[in-house]
Amino acid sequence: MKVIAIRDNSNSRNTKNKIFLGIVIFFSLLTILPIILIVGELVVKGIGQINLSFFTEVAPDTLQAMVAKANGETIPGGIANGITGSILIVVLAAVMAIPFGIITGIYLYETPGKRYSNIIRDIADVLQGVPSIVLGLIVYLWVVKHITHSYSALAGSVSLAIMMLPLIIRSTEETLKMIPGTLKEAAVALGVPYHKIILRVLIPSSFSGLLTGILISISRILGETAPLMLTTLGNPRINWDITHPTSAVPLLIWQFYNDPNMVELIWSSSLFLMGFVLTLNIISKRISAKHSIH
Amino acid sequence: MNNSDKITKYFLFAGSFLILIVAGGMVFSLVGGAIPAFHKFGWHFITSTNWNPTEGRESYGAMPFIAGTMITSVLALLISIPMAFSTSLFVSEYFRKTPVASVLSTLVDLLAGIPSIVYGLWGFYTLRPFIMHLGLSPQGFGVFTSGIILAIMIIPYATSLSNEIIVMVPNELKEAAYSLGATRMEVIFNVIVPNARSGIVASYILAFGRALGETMAVTMLIGNANKVPHSLFDTGNTMASVIANQFGEADGLKLSSLIAIGLLLFIITALVNTAGKFIIKKLS
Repeated sequence: MKVIAIRDNSNSRNTKNKIFLGIVIFFSLLTILPIILIVGELVVKGIGQINLSFFTEVAPDTLQAMVAKANGETIPGGIANGITGSILIVVLAAVMAIPFGIITGIYLYETPGKRYSNIIRDIADVLQGVPSIVLGLIVYLWVVKHITHSYSALAGSVSLAIMMLPLIIRSTEETLKMIPGTLKEAAVALGVPYHKIILRVLIPSSFSGLLTGILISISRILGETAPLMLTTLGNPRINWDITHPTSAVPLLIWQFYNDPNMVELIWSSSLFLMGFVLTLNIISKRISAKHSIH
Repeated sequence: MNNSDKITKYFLFAGSFLILIVAGGMVFSLVGGAIPAFHKFGWHFITSTNWNPTEGRESYGAMPFIAGTMITSVLALLISIPMAFSTSLFVSEYFRKTPVASVLSTLVDLLAGIPSIVYGLWGFYTLRPFIMHLGLSPQGFGVFTSGIILAIMIIPYATSLSNEIIVMVPNELKEAAYSLGATRMEVIFNVIVPNARSGIVASYILAFGRALGETMAVTMLIGNANKVPHSLFDTGNTMASVIANQFGEADGLKLSSLIAIGLLLFIITALVNTAGKFIIKKLS
């Protein structure tokens, strides 16, 4: 540490100190400016278009939108095909990722320090950093080309499931580490079989942590657009068949953005998507804040 | 250990094995898909700046996109550093444990939750006209616009980890410095920064890794020109944005070239992220 001379230049040092505090406050406020501007703009421009048909009708085609615009009416239709598609894709991704994520997380917790589990942990870390567009490319090669032979909801789900997997693995392991070891020891001492210790002790006592991890990973994948462009493509109708091209809310936003006739719809759809993601985010933070042990 | 316990153990092991298969399969598919492009162009694929899909004279090089990715991400990192550093100090030092700090950190966390495509829209409809208004670029598209949006997107990643590290600096050290008459700013630069340096650097490296792979926002703002950008306000393309833009009409050699770009992006992000995680592991 530098030796700090006192008294002789304390005035200029105090001034510098205050200026620096000013800089810190200025940049901190500058950092939160975008979120206020973005949320504000989406609410102002998007709220007017949100009504019942927004949730119950499918997106209009470009001709309908053009006619409505020419007559000065609001653009008809909604994003029902996107909402149902998003539900289908995300639920399927969760069904694939959650069991394997939790099993792997438990495995890592149970075998700490082992070479194999360190490798698995490192792979999970690398997977977490893989850009989502690259996942889209890979799943295109796997599922679109070889399994469903067309763009499909299944392909989108696989790409999102690979995004969820590392998040769930790491949150499961971290949550389990917070459980007092005595709980498990007590169960072992009573002669409870291993699988029952996992199902009746480890999972229930870490439930809120696991749930937080799951909700955060879902909120992370809900808004993903890039991998879906390469895997599910989009669909103007509501589709529940996982082997067919399917729409999703982010894909609809992309479609509206590229179609000058439907551009007005991007604001309400984006408001809906962002509201949903942020709500999920806040709920998961609440759960983890309420139940965390430390 | 009885049988049912063994079965449970093997079951857990088998479950964990899936992630190995997935990761191995990913590398295998990317390399396999990229082979035709590398076979045709060799290492020249990486250094060539020529991207010409005209049939019969097809030629693909990844350099414009590698350059675009690096320039936008470095720019984003440089823009985000003062903001992230100030926010960390605000939350973890100056206003630690006060309501205003928790409001600020919640808002910054929310930045991480906004979907990339929404950032792209905001960049297109709000930031781009502003940049045109400033006269920086005629259309508002380009490296600079993308860099700003990327900076906003990576700030929460850069701050959340540095916050934890800054909080961990021992109070005794700070108190000792204060008792010598050091000001707040002197404590920050002579005690906190030296102590937390490697953790802060690691958090910026991880944030940089995020910027490398961001797709939608950049695709909407960079201008989609297949050339090496010559200035900050020039248009260009990144590795992620060229895949997003050109995948739809790609097959044959072009598809293979895009997959090869995906492979390169995969390698670069994996290296950057591993470096960041490595520093963190050394800390704990």
